Amino acid sequence: MSKSYRQVHAIKGISLDVGKGEIFGLIGPDGAGKTTLFRIMTTLMLADSGYGRICGLDIVKDYFKIRRLIGYMPGRFSLYQDLSVKENLDFFATMFGTTLRESYGTIKEIYSQIEPFRDRRAGKLSGGMKQKLALCCALVHKPSVLFLDEPTTGVDAVSRKDFWTMLGRIRQSGVTVFVSTPYMDEASLCDRLALIKDGEIIGTGTPEQIIRQYPYRILAVKGRNMYPLLKALRMIEGVESCFSFGDAHHLAYRPDRTCRQTILAEAAGMGFPDCTAKEIAPGIEDCFMQLSKKWGKN
Amino acid sequence: MTMKEFLASIKKEFLHIFRDRRTILIVMIMPVVQIILFGFAVSTEVTRARIAFCGDISDPVVRRTIDRIESNRYLESAGMLQSPSGITEMFRRNKADAAVCFGRNFGEEYLSSGNAAIKIIGDGSDPNTARIITSYVSGVIQQEQQDISISMEGERKSSMNPVVHLMYNPAMKSSYNFVPGVMGLILMLICSMMTAVSIVREKETGTLELLLVSPVKPLWVILSKLMPYLALSAVNFISILLLAHYVMEVPVNGSIALLSLSALVFVVASLAIGILVSVISSSQKTAMLICGMGLTMPTMIFSGIIFPCESMPEVLQWFSDIIPAKWFIILVKKIMIQGDGFASVIKELSILAGMAGVLLSASIFSFRTRLQ
Repeated sequence: MSKSYRQVHAIKGISLDVGKGEIFGLIGPDGAGKTTLFRIMTTLMLADSGYGRICGLDIVKDYFKIRRLIGYMPGRFSLYQDLSVKENLDFFATMFGTTLRESYGTIKEIYSQIEPFRDRRAGKLSGGMKQKLALCCALVHKPSVLFLDEPTTGVDAVSRKDFWTMLGRIRQSGVTVFVSTPYMDEASLCDRLALIKDGEIIGTGTPEQIIRQYPYRILAVKGRNMYPLLKALRMIEGVESCFSFGDAHHLAYRPDRTCRQTILAEAAGMGFPDCTAKEIAPGIEDCFMQLSKKWGKN
Repeated sequence: MTMKEFLASIKKEFLHIFRDRRTILIVMIMPVVQIILFGFAVSTEVTRARIAFCGDISDPVVRRTIDRIESNRYLESAGMLQSPSGITEMFRRNKADAAVCFGRNFGEEYLSSGNAAIKIIGDGSDPNTARIITSYVSGVIQQEQQDISISMEGERKSSMNPVVHLMYNPAMKSSYNFVPGVMGLILMLICSMMTAVSIVREKETGTLELLLVSPVKPLWVILSKLMPYLALSAVNFISILLLAHYVMEVPVNGSIALLSLSALVFVVASLAIGILVSVISSSQKTAMLICGMGLTMPTMIFSGIIFPCESMPEVLQWFSDIIPAKWFIILVKKIMIQGDGFASVIKELSILAGMAGVLLSASIFSFRTRLQ
């Protein structure tokens, strides 16, 4: 499907399949078109062209039936800040045709963590608790498919880890989870992935498949003068790309044309004698970089 | 949608209102403040105008006339002046609002030739007040003259004396004009602004997305948003009526049921305007600005609260016809003050009902089931 806003093409000819009962991750940077795709799939927006089906129902024609089947957690915190935790839950439970008591079993595990604060206003909760509350509200009517748009953005590292543990349990109960995130490190926690950039899917598959398809080898290079080093490394013959990656540079090289020793020697020749280089396995982010570069060339 | 979801939605909306102190303050205090403001501060009535006198105090006719003016409940004496030249000084120092000068040998002239000179001088720096005061004074003098001639000749001389009587408002109280106006203004403002702001707030926070994704039909979401404001405007309507009747002493001559029916129709029209405003505005500020400037100003100007519509250019009069508040204010005046029944307000009521119907269907039609 495709969708554009005036002159901006938000998504361009995307095609995706999500299996029942899996955690499917849509990975891409801000502005890649993730939220647009979510809004189309949750029947909040119409695509310009193409079609979509959820549980066999058409997202345009059967939009009303679909609204009963899905749970949706929008990108920003979208609950009533001036209502308490319990009031929010009660309200959304009623709006989706159920009650808190009826669906207590479904959300018990998550709700029990915020239940001590159930009389606190939602606006006064911490980021992690807000996210748990939003997840409860999205799950309260036992949906078959759960749409989570960047659920971990703006949440601390511990809460992010907790959150993915919760997603794992939700999947075990048979719910299909369609989740988007800009964090590449969360990709390996998904069953299957789609990498999205500028409205196009640049790669799909399980995390292992995507990593296995990576054509180069990677060195984590550290040195004293990191920025000039980055520029120098990119000049070396046989080096495909080099990006800054936290405290090291990830250098991708073609094993048929060069090797670790050669690269280190060349770097020393360019004035960086005290570099260390370690062979590492490629991560999803390395794959994303390579795929988006390749996609850009095509 | 079952009743349960509808009620939960209404309850939630009430919680929003009661948890926001500013909203509750605006909604509950504004009518009282407006009525008191219009009633006491912006009053166009003249009460206790100070009149200075200039003439021969020993003349019995002059004495009688001054006594008569002084004893009038709207007028009081500012003292006697030695000569007319002192009037300017009185006006400058704001000691008097008008002056009455009796001619030389006033009583004698009057009784012999029936033609005595009397002069009323008003402070024209405030033309409206001056006009009202001078006409009060001349009315009082005319009555005195009539009484004197009756006492002299035992019966009324043949003369034409127009007696002006303002039906429905004999004392010319301005509250008769502003109470219906304020009622229209407040009901419209509360209904349209509050509704628009509360819907746009959900747009801003993203909760509208969640409500749309729910299996509840958008029509019901909107209706449930309207209900609390409907209840609030009922409270306001009652409090304005009570204030008007017991504090401003405005009579309620007609049927309260008919008055409430007109108010209900008007409130529905205003709520629909609120929804329409929420559709076109993307932030709470915009919604407030549109309601504040775009609705309040035309309502104040074109509904006859401040200026009579009849004295406007014809084009503007047509424009005033499309403002629902104008028809509501006419209805309130007719029912509350003139005590008219259903038969004589059927035209205004059906125009207002027509407007409400069109606005409501337009607003429901324009409210989407999806974003954008």
